[in-house]
Amino acid sequence: MTRDGESRTPIDARIDTPGREGLTGTAPASVYRPLRDPEQVTTAPDGRPMEGQPAWRTDFPIDWPQDAYVERREFMKFMVLTSGAFALGQLWIAGQNWWRRRHGQPEQMRIASLDDIAVGETRTFAYPTEHDPCVLIRPAADVLLAYNQKCTHLSCAVIPRVADGVIRCPCHEGLFDLSSGRPLAGPPRRPLIRITLRLQGRDIYATGVEERTT
Amino acid sequence: MAKPADLHFFIDPNRCIGCQACVQACSECDTHRGESMIHLEFVDRAQSTQTVPVVCMHCEQPTCAEVCPADAIKRTADGIVQSARKPRCIACGNCVLACPFGVPEVYEDRQIMMKCDMCYDRSSVGKKPMCATVCPSQALFFGTLEQIEQLRPMSMPVNRFRFGGQTIATRVAMMMPRDPIGRRPLVDVTDAMLERPRQRAIRLTPASADPFAEVQV
Repeated sequence: MTRDGESRTPIDARIDTPGREGLTGTAPASVYRPLRDPEQVTTAPDGRPMEGQPAWRTDFPIDWPQDAYVERREFMKFMVLTSGAFALGQLWIAGQNWWRRRHGQPEQMRIASLDDIAVGETRTFAYPTEHDPCVLIRPAADVLLAYNQKCTHLSCAVIPRVADGVIRCPCHEGLFDLSSGRPLAGPPRRPLIRITLRLQGRDIYATGVEERTT
Repeated sequence: MAKPADLHFFIDPNRCIGCQACVQACSECDTHRGESMIHLEFVDRAQSTQTVPVVCMHCEQPTCAEVCPADAIKRTADGIVQSARKPRCIACGNCVLACPFGVPEVYEDRQIMMKCDMCYDRSSVGKKPMCATVCPSQALFFGTLEQIEQLRPMSMPVNRFRFGGQTIATRVAMMMPRDPIGRRPLVDVTDAMLERPRQRAIRLTPASADPFAEVQV
């Protein structure tokens, strides 16, 4: 099979036939001759062949076919590096989970007194650090809820609407269920981070952070 | 799809009447909204009303693509030098300075170079570029070589231009008066810039039959 599509001519078996000098098989010499790439249509301004041109001319080809051409080695490099990056990302997530589990829950902290918050009211606090704004909600006399105030979509501050039974994010009209923190409408997909609470006498303590995915 | 290989673009500056129809038609296109990619240039504004339509000549070795540092100007296999590729163009203006025909233009407001691509959306499906369809004097012609030879027996298409030391072969041809000696046709642009216009008598031979009978417009 010839590469340039020319038809095979009957081969003279003698070894010194023109066209197959030095070849012992039945293939004509043109099979082994380096041929011009059929997609190589560029002519350099000086008219010399592309082999004699500076390297940048082949690195930055003018013609679309060469520009869109992806070498096998280039493609493999891309595949290996990309899948390597994905694998590293999985390891990073696993490492983070392990680190979080090892550290356990943050220390508990007194956040308010039951006398500070009336039924149907809300109150903000920061837990576990001062950079984690949270909201404490008392929808009924014997129910206390606390969530991290960051919306799980783009971290806007969510606003509880106790009368409607929802928590609303004003940025993109995200809605969460007040009692569970699960997303009801809008762009958020994950529930709000819940703060576990403990009532000791009249004091409300935050005891931990519950991150959920569903 | 690609431009049919037998269809070529011919510019006949002698026939240009400066009506701006090509400019208006070009600027109506949606692929470069509101901007005309064809320029109508005056040859010598003080002396003459003669105008020349300037479209991309689609060089065999496009200087604009040679100088592009962002690798944004590409040519398709049918020889059409495409407009700048949007994600790559950095609006540096190298192509504007390099193009010997003065075709590319940088649009500073949207940070991109845009140039004539022979209406690739039309010519790639075998239609005429917009300017060639509207030109009333057929100064812009898109068709086969046989058609133009039949229509302009006194002229010949020339697609080689010399700018000082640089000789450029183009896909778009200019119609030149037929050379009686039959020299190798070439336009020496820098030489022609210094040339004074000669007083010439134009011989007009009435056509025996309707030369446009075969032409699809």
